[in-house]
Amino acid sequence: MFWDALTLQLGYNASLVAIGAALLGVSAGVTGTFLFLRKRALVSDAISHATLPGVCLAFMLLVAFGGDGRNLLGLLAGSALSAWVGLLCMNWLTHHTRLAEDAAIGAVLSVFFGFGIVLLTVIQTMGVGRQAGLEGFLLGSTAGMLWADALVIALGGAATLVLVMILRRPMTMVAFDPEYAAARGLPVHRIDLAMMGLVMAVTVVGLKIVGLILIVALLIIPAVTARFWTERSDRVVLLAGIAGGVSGYVGAALSASAPNLPTGPIIVLVSFALFALSLLLAPVRGVLAAVLRHLRFQRRVHIRQGLLALAQGQKIYEPLTLRLLKRAGLARADGVATEAGKARAAKALRDEKRWEIVRADQAHEATAALYHGLRDIETVLTRDQIAEIDRQIGGPQGVMA
Amino acid sequence: MTLELAANHGVSVQENGLGSSPLAIRGLTVSYGQKPAVFSVDITVQPGAMTAIIGPNGAGKSTLLKAALGIVPALSGQVTVYGDALEKQRARIAYVPQRASVDWDFPTRVIDVVLMGLSRELGLLGRIRGRHRARAMDCLNRVGMRDFVDRQIGQLSGGQQQRVFLARALAQGADLYLLDEPFAGVDAATEKAIIAVLKALKEAGKTVVVVHHDLATVTDYFDHVFLINTSKVAEGPVEQAFTAETLQAAYGGRLATAQIDQISRALG
Repeated sequence: MFWDALTLQLGYNASLVAIGAALLGVSAGVTGTFLFLRKRALVSDAISHATLPGVCLAFMLLVAFGGDGRNLLGLLAGSALSAWVGLLCMNWLTHHTRLAEDAAIGAVLSVFFGFGIVLLTVIQTMGVGRQAGLEGFLLGSTAGMLWADALVIALGGAATLVLVMILRRPMTMVAFDPEYAAARGLPVHRIDLAMMGLVMAVTVVGLKIVGLILIVALLIIPAVTARFWTERSDRVVLLAGIAGGVSGYVGAALSASAPNLPTGPIIVLVSFALFALSLLLAPVRGVLAAVLRHLRFQRRVHIRQGLLALAQGQKIYEPLTLRLLKRAGLARADGVATEAGKARAAKALRDEKRWEIVRADQAHEATAALYHGLRDIETVLTRDQIAEIDRQIGGPQGVMA
Repeated sequence: MTLELAANHGVSVQENGLGSSPLAIRGLTVSYGQKPAVFSVDITVQPGAMTAIIGPNGAGKSTLLKAALGIVPALSGQVTVYGDALEKQRARIAYVPQRASVDWDFPTRVIDVVLMGLSRELGLLGRIRGRHRARAMDCLNRVGMRDFVDRQIGQLSGGQQQRVFLARALAQGADLYLLDEPFAGVDAATEKAIIAVLKALKEAGKTVVVVHHDLATVTDYFDHVFLINTSKVAEGPVEQAFTAETLQAAYGGRLATAQIDQISRALG
């Protein structure tokens, strides 16, 4: 079943949803990245919750004028309008009152959402039966998705992508260094508004599939996922697009392959799975890599300290140190150095003495700053410089590595 | 001084004969809340000179620069750049912000940061070509950071980060360079590298303005000083404006007499 869904052989509606979700995932991932880089991830939550009153008001208007209350374009226009009002409220609160952005987000999110729920209840008690599906905007509902709906999503997503590509450089500059951007004459405030406007567009487009409560996940999780794999902002954008697209497609296919699986939440779970994998497995920033790095580092510290202790004839009490020395063939179980251990220990002690000379010498100030107990002196000084230091130390020269 | 200011107010720049000044400010007041951080400041930066902006902590040094560039809004005052409105001459200004002002975990490499200096040339959609890269590399070379091109900026030391910021400013090819505390918390090698670059800029006829905090190096590095403590205290060539009296006036009790003695001895 799942395979059929993945290869778009599960019928017209399922295929439509899968393609629409993939497109939405790409544009949400790409757009959300800039919000994430600007450290304003939660703004998207306020924006998405602020769409609800607009959806309801648009429905009421459509019905009042005798139209079809479920006209997607009309509902989306309403949601965009109220999201924009929410955005302006938030902006105004942060810029003209002493409220911090997080408080402004909380205020706008809850008030708009609350108002939306009230309107939704009113519509339901109107009891005309035409409101069916309006709650679908909360968590997304793809059951009755039409060709026209998919077209709206595809066009909206594509338009957002194009705009993001045009604005990517100024948005990156503002996210990295807003003061420098302002000094270069970039209209920082307007670029921020444009960025949030794009997020709003994605939100509105995604209402039908993931719903307004979960769209924030699709905007932010792909960006966070991508960040684990690269140190370049352009690649974060690219990878976030891919992660979002894959989540949308696979999630939609999964939900189509079994009865009664909700599309939006499944998409979010798939994108979370990608995030969890990245969190664990990413090569540099991942958790496993960090743990391994720490263990390797700990091993170096213990071996170095153990060698210095051996060289000075001190007893090693720390069991871990002893175990590591033994495993490296540098010491026997009773803590006595092997031949190899003796040589390494003598070298370690000599290096420590060399560092002492370097650190006491004003002329080596820059080099001395590099000392941290583990750095090999050969990596910071030339052979000749080390020889010169050894002349100052005196004694046998045989331990040069 | 307030009288002087009143006299200057409303007088156009041309009439003042300030048209050639790279940066001229009249009556600038900036306030965060109800307490001015910078109050009614006049400054006329000399072309082709290296000017230090000096004053105690919280004296409004950085704020003065930021307001001059329109990064923070001014309550009042007039800023002219090369005798013209700021917006018209922005391309001729390069700004090096304080290192602490950005998040160094941002996903960007050294080369990407320097390429930001070329953003005007690249425009919105222009491709980054070989010649852009070459120019960025050249700027990195001038600050001694060529070997670090592909590093993520968070992996650099504080001094190296500062040099990358300077390289970004160099990439702009500007005429006026404004630096905010470039020597704060950097190693000796970086300080040397930065001052060498700044002196080379001066040799090439560029104008350099630096917010500076180390009084001991003022006479070595700069030829003009601007002393500020919320309002202007003194302005002029180092030998005239950087004296025990002006320092006392700017720093008040905050500067130990021993320090002042030491500096005035150094000044001869």
